[in-house]
Amino acid sequence: MEDILGQARKAAEEAEVFWACHEETPVGFESNRLKHLQTREVRGMALRLIKGGRIGFSATTKLADSQALVGRAVETSQFGAEAKFELPAPQSYPQVETFDPGIEAATIEQMVELGESLIARVRRHTPEILCDAGVLKATSSVRILNSRGGQASYRRSLFGLSIEGTLIRDTDMLFVGDSQSSCHPITDFETVAQTVIRQLEMAKSLASVPTKPLPVLFTPHGVASALISPLALAFNGKMVLEGASPLKDKLGEVVFDKRLSLADDATIAYRPTSHPCDDEGMPAQRTALVEGGVVTGFLYDLQTAGLAGARSTGNGSRSWAGLPAPSLSALIIGEGEADFEDMVRDMKEGLVIEHLMGATQGNLLAGEFSGNVLLGYKVEAGEIVGRVKDTMVSGNVYQVLRDLVAIGREARWVGGFLRTPALYCSGLSVASKG
Amino acid sequence: MLGGEQVRDQIVEALKGHAADYIEIRLEESEATRLQYRGRELEEIGLTTNLGGCVRALVKGGWGFVSFNDLSGLRQRVELAVRQARLVGRESSQFAPVEPVEARVEATVGKDAASIPLAVKKRLLDEYNQAVWSVPKLQTSTIGYGDGRKRVIFASSEGSYIEQERADVSLRLVAVAREGGEVQQVGLSLGSSGDFAAVEGLHEQVRERAERAVELLSAPQVKSGEYTVVLDPVLAGVFVHEAFGHLSESDFVYENDRLREVMVLGRRFGGEHVNIVDSASLPGLRGSYKYDDEGAPASKTYLIREGVLVGRLHSRETAAKMGERPTGNARALDYRHPPIVRMTNTFIEPQGVSFEEMVAEIGEGVYAKNWFGGTTSMEMFTFSAGEAYMIRKGRLAEPLRPVVLSGNVFVTMGNIDAIGNDLEMNQGGGCGKGSQMPLPVSNGSPHIRISKCLVGGK
Repeated sequence: MEDILGQARKAAEEAEVFWACHEETPVGFESNRLKHLQTREVRGMALRLIKGGRIGFSATTKLADSQALVGRAVETSQFGAEAKFELPAPQSYPQVETFDPGIEAATIEQMVELGESLIARVRRHTPEILCDAGVLKATSSVRILNSRGGQASYRRSLFGLSIEGTLIRDTDMLFVGDSQSSCHPITDFETVAQTVIRQLEMAKSLASVPTKPLPVLFTPHGVASALISPLALAFNGKMVLEGASPLKDKLGEVVFDKRLSLADDATIAYRPTSHPCDDEGMPAQRTALVEGGVVTGFLYDLQTAGLAGARSTGNGSRSWAGLPAPSLSALIIGEGEADFEDMVRDMKEGLVIEHLMGATQGNLLAGEFSGNVLLGYKVEAGEIVGRVKDTMVSGNVYQVLRDLVAIGREARWVGGFLRTPALYCSGLSVASKG
Repeated sequence: MLGGEQVRDQIVEALKGHAADYIEIRLEESEATRLQYRGRELEEIGLTTNLGGCVRALVKGGWGFVSFNDLSGLRQRVELAVRQARLVGRESSQFAPVEPVEARVEATVGKDAASIPLAVKKRLLDEYNQAVWSVPKLQTSTIGYGDGRKRVIFASSEGSYIEQERADVSLRLVAVAREGGEVQQVGLSLGSSGDFAAVEGLHEQVRERAERAVELLSAPQVKSGEYTVVLDPVLAGVFVHEAFGHLSESDFVYENDRLREVMVLGRRFGGEHVNIVDSASLPGLRGSYKYDDEGAPASKTYLIREGVLVGRLHSRETAAKMGERPTGNARALDYRHPPIVRMTNTFIEPQGVSFEEMVAEIGEGVYAKNWFGGTTSMEMFTFSAGEAYMIRKGRLAEPLRPVVLSGNVFVTMGNIDAIGNDLEMNQGGGCGKGSQMPLPVSNGSPHIRISKCLVGGK
């Protein structure tokens, strides 16, 4: 890396070498049986340089090829975007724990047993279910060096456990599932198993749904599938800079329900989304995005911040193959006060949604979502009466989150990058074949 | 690039003398160019090179897989994959035989994108960006261009040794218009198997897309409910890919007895006018190739013939387990992934109904055009149209906000009541399955009409 940086400095004013290495061992189960074991390793290197005030970029996994890397980066710089930032000089980084050596001690046999136990637990409840499951351990490391003397590096461990169950009766298909991830090894399968078993319980019978506006309670999984993609775009500094974000002039204004708080946080210990620095060597931080319903911040990398006249929030994110761009680290939605059962009891007629399929295909910039209820339940007179099918739910994130009926008091991690409670919304458009 | 006798000797040597039912090695070298515009400015331009490989081994029905960037020590990688497979294998391997092949397949492209100078690509995209920005009320836009060339060496313990070269070009444009709190966007996706000409001369089309985004600002949203819908060839192609194509991928079916009953060959899915084909052996499309990533030759597979399920897409494992013939549909995104069952070029065959006839019979309906996205859970599908119009009294009426269509595939296939005469293949799609995305595919159809389709709106 030092060599490439040295060569690049001769050819350009500024240069940065980014090195990433990722090793993972996934254990895969298909149709209730152990199916494959894998070992995957990716390591790659990227060179970003500033020449004549413009950004050049090249990347490779051919590590013997450093001379060509510099040449290609220089070639692209003649057409590149104007650099609006300075690479970070040496920084002090927060102490963020992301590596548990226990990951390395976790054996393949233990991982296989964990997956088998999880599947067996779910099948004890529903013997005819077919489960695909995965147990994963991984380590990754990142190293960054730049021509202003900046340098940063960290290591991260990851352990993941996931299951998807399919129950087919005739042409009726039910999909259930859950997952969990951490920098620590996971040894307990009951948490994931119990979530899936609860889903199976609630989906036992079918219920019909009318075509009309109804209240909807999104579970944490439901929030992830329906409401997060538009928000991830809207708080992205690039979208704000371009004016495509509906929140672009809303800094300091009340846009959401006053009980709602949102933050991006890359500093939570032992989370797979945490790190001491981002992929440009800027210190990681917690950035408040919404407090008391008021928009308080957006997410930036160096170049976008430079263009917007803002400061990097340490959200520059990239793989070995591309330039950094602002990206969420972990999105945290603050807990409310409502008990889940109380919110269900509050509904005369409504839906509980666990998975709204295809909701992210609509006009995300406008906050619109529209999807098919892949897993959801009908509520009648305060009781869950069964699972719903052939039902579409549509809405607008900004309307829905402005007038929340209630916010759940228990939050959980979903999909590794989101921590959210259940959100109880009113008046969503529901269309059904009945 | 990767190749030559020395590499071949190393591969052949590494494959010798292991206690496994089957082993394959894939080595891959690729080069890619990427240009991305955001708003009025070029945002990113980059050149990447990628070199890596993988080994997959089968022992007693269990799979081991190892991927890496460092190509030295190939024999140790093979040993690791075999060791892993042995830990998993508890039954007997089932893997349909194919004739071992020695072959060399060069990419045949018209105007080779990889040899066009960077300055020429930049100039063309600058022109497109100007075309977009000639339209007032535009808030922002993105234009992403990518081209790549890839050489893959495939070798198996059965004696196959195949070198294939592939090229790919893609262009995706999104124009975003805004007025007050209203934001609307319209996209354009195109691609080819390496021919730069496919992305040239689009100035007029690009400007028209941007104008359409502005028009949508004042368009009403459809009222949610069931409608008779007419899909244009692009969207009908997405429909056949999402709604039916994924269900035909045998890896979903082969170990699932209930799904096997549902997808039993001979089952009627639609009227006699419905014929659906997947074929990698059609030349020159983005999903075309000669051999798949298990060394099986590409084929043309009828999935539905005259409304009846007659075939499905197979890897060598799914074919063996279902007692059917392999179709050459095992594809891997790149060396970091094992091959899985994928579509290639998937389409509905044309019939005789004209677009005008189709629309003329509709009292109130929706005409949905252009792809925005799509996903499926096998039984249920949703896909979104980039453009939509009301149909009233047999004529196209006011433009609508983009709509999301959803339904149950088993019901919807039977509700296709007219198929047009104007087959078009769309080359802009990238298919995702598991973590392997975007895989170059194409899909197509003539205009089709579906009765009683669920449309999401207000």
